[in-house]
Amino acid sequence: MKSELVIAVSGLNNTDNPGPGIPVIRALRDWKGKKVRIIGLSYDHLEPGLYLPEWVDKSYQVPYPSAGSDNLMLRLKYIHSIERLDFIFPNFDAELFSYMKMAPELQSMGIHTFLPGLDQFEERHKYRLPEFGEKYQLAVPKSLSVNSLADVPAALSQFEFPVVVKGKFYEAYIAYSMDQVQNYFHKIQAKWGLPVIFQQFIQGNEYNVVAMGDGKGNTIGAVPMRKQYITDKGKAWAGITLDEPALIEMTRKLIAANHWRGGMELELIKDRNGQLYIVEINPRFPAWVYLAVAAGQNMPAAAVKLALGEDVPPFESYEVGKMFVRYSWDNIVNLSDFEKISTLGEL
Amino acid sequence: MEKKRYERPVIASLNAGITNKFGTRNLNEPISHIDGASIKEITEQYGSPVFILSERKIRQLYRDAHRAFSTRYPKVQFAWSYKTNYLNAVCNVFHQEGSWAEVVSIFEYEKALANGVEGRHILFNGPEKTESDLRKAIEHDSLIHIDHFDELYQLLEMSESLKKRPRVAIRVNMDTGIYPMWDRFGFNYESGQAWDAINKIILTNKLDLVGLHCHIGTFMLSANAYAVAAAKLADLALGIKLHHKQNIEYLDLGGGFASKNTLKGSFLPGADTIPSFDDYAEAICGTLLNAGFTRENLPMLILETGRALVDEAGFLAASVVANKRLSDGRKALVLDAGVNILFTSFWYEHKMTPVEPASHHTEASVVYGPLCMNIDVVRESVTLPPLRKNDLVLIHTVGAYNMTQWMQFIAMRPAVVMVDQEGKTHLLRRAEKTDDLNAMESMPEHLQSFSLA
Amino acid sequence: MNLRLKNNIAVSDSGFVFNPSTGDSFSINPVGIDIIQLLRASKSEQDIIEDLSDRYDADTQTIEKDLYDFFTLLLQHQLAEKA
Repeated sequence: MKSELVIAVSGLNNTDNPGPGIPVIRALRDWKGKKVRIIGLSYDHLEPGLYLPEWVDKSYQVPYPSAGSDNLMLRLKYIHSIERLDFIFPNFDAELFSYMKMAPELQSMGIHTFLPGLDQFEERHKYRLPEFGEKYQLAVPKSLSVNSLADVPAALSQFEFPVVVKGKFYEAYIAYSMDQVQNYFHKIQAKWGLPVIFQQFIQGNEYNVVAMGDGKGNTIGAVPMRKQYITDKGKAWAGITLDEPALIEMTRKLIAANHWRGGMELELIKDRNGQLYIVEINPRFPAWVYLAVAAGQNMPAAAVKLALGEDVPPFESYEVGKMFVRYSWDNIVNLSDFEKISTLGEL
Repeated sequence: MEKKRYERPVIASLNAGITNKFGTRNLNEPISHIDGASIKEITEQYGSPVFILSERKIRQLYRDAHRAFSTRYPKVQFAWSYKTNYLNAVCNVFHQEGSWAEVVSIFEYEKALANGVEGRHILFNGPEKTESDLRKAIEHDSLIHIDHFDELYQLLEMSESLKKRPRVAIRVNMDTGIYPMWDRFGFNYESGQAWDAINKIILTNKLDLVGLHCHIGTFMLSANAYAVAAAKLADLALGIKLHHKQNIEYLDLGGGFASKNTLKGSFLPGADTIPSFDDYAEAICGTLLNAGFTRENLPMLILETGRALVDEAGFLAASVVANKRLSDGRKALVLDAGVNILFTSFWYEHKMTPVEPASHHTEASVVYGPLCMNIDVVRESVTLPPLRKNDLVLIHTVGAYNMTQWMQFIAMRPAVVMVDQEGKTHLLRRAEKTDDLNAMESMPEHLQSFSLA
Repeated sequence: MNLRLKNNIAVSDSGFVFNPSTGDSFSINPVGIDIIQLLRASKSEQDIIEDLSDRYDADTQTIEKDLYDFFTLLLQHQLAEKA
């Protein structure tokens, strides 16, 4: 492996609802015995990571995924011609699809990625969770896709209140009555289209696991965490690593079954009877991934090693009771830096 | 001193989202030529707006699709969906490539015959076929796809009076996990209705049941739905073999493949998300090959793909009529082409590019058509460089349905030209004139004169 | 209509404009930069139109129409005021 690796990272939006970019960079900077040059990929000229030169060596703006992968590819080719990238770490859900599609072409240019396959990515969508659970024999909350208001009463007869009413991609409400369900159904249908998903509300504790698979069914790392404090956006403000083998076992089972490659975050609920359910599968490292690094599992660095063909043994352990408390910080920046990124697209 | 190229002054706020050139840069890369033919020269010769079709692109799309299927399945036949684009020259490009014709009205049927397609290579679909339509189809030995029992009984009657065995298929509708389910066409699979129709045809022994047809939807973003459809058709064909000892010659999986257009409200562009021909072919061919047919009884696979074979080959060149500033500060652009000739702008976000060189400075604009109607919106918001009155813009991926669903409303329908594989342009349909329309009207005697004060 | 550019408005060569009284920033294309600079030199609307038509390949009508629109935006963004 080269003595210095050039790694591009997106998701520099380290706001109060942070993207995983800066935590991933922090993990890469912790990589012992390896020098890394970090190239930031930004969408907006106010992404905080742009203004953190101690973490990001150089930044480039890139077109939104909605502009199409052709446009993104052109921009990456330009960046690559200057920076000679070894690896790209996309960190936004919305851009993963484009990067997965581009992965073979990137690989032929010498740029590595470590991402799930399109099939794996597609089948873990929220609205496909019941199929997913059935296919891999994993417990998921009972849920149903509803395609018209006329089907609502029949669908509801299969659930007990409260019911979670969810959009295909985003948004969820807890409904306690038929009226509420119909209300939310209209609201979600107008915004996200059909189907609207009904899911059995499960009373219990929520857990999260950050994990990484090698693409062959092996779990390279997995660290469970319980949120200790949640922001008004539902994001972890503080969290602590847990010793809970059932969570790791569920993660291993999932990765062994669908051969996930790359980072992921699982959201799970344990009901009063101790039954664990998978509620959501996020296809990338979460913003709290550095907690796992601090606890002994540097999964982002392991992802790069695996992508570059190194043999990486699975992490065996992690420190239990390791805690994080997030904080915000008013970074003082120069107007000239803002001018540079917003007129030249580079900083 | 030579003067600098002028560009309308623009000022864009940097506070709201991304506005600099790297966010949107290459979206606006000007396209001045189509297969070597200058768009500007085409509009000078044929007027603006003008539809431009690329013959090279049509052939390329057809060959890509054909390769995807024929490398996976031994007997593949495409049938050109006339309703998608029935300009005769377009049809003939497909016929030269080997496509049969798929029609849904007697008007299209007559077009296909006039183009030189033999009756036995015409598939006649659709819910409305009159007795005289059916007679013509029977006489020409065409493949009649039966839509309902009324049609089935009519054909049974006609076969007696004509002393001929019509060659028929039944259209089957089914649940493929896709919403909405198109159950208004054909006979339902799940309820057993399709079996009733099949039994009726075979037991009365007056029609030759040669095929089974389905068409599960339009702009299908899931290739897997076709696997479900293929499995259900195959199940019927194998059932016919088992119970009636009769082979079905072909399975027609219809059309519905998506083109590289972006549906309104989708986040990623269509070009990135739609299944490829290989994806569709894998789903269909894989299913049929494993369905249980013996090698020699493998039915022919017919595909009626329309949109995916022609949409990308069509462009609409239009001119800027006016620049406007709306009351809320948004920029608006008025073009000489609107929803009257670009029907598909109701559901697609058509890609638009400038024709002449432009700088990287862009503005988000609403794009309106020329109609004095509030609904005439071509794009709700598109990022374009500053354009001047009379500048040309190119609207992409408009080859499917626009040249058949266009309306003669308020304005005339424009010319359609084709750029051939050598880069030469040919007029396929001249622009309509006022006389063309008046020629169809007649004036009652008592309304012929008036005087206005 | 003649405009007076607010005196604390600066434009850089790259077309970056910062309005210190409102905190807004903008990006402007080359013709826009020229107009700002002409306004800074207290040129009248008529002067600006003549100056631009000398330098650019556009007729005065086009320039006049576009200038009106640009002026509206400068006013809307509080970068200038009516003289």
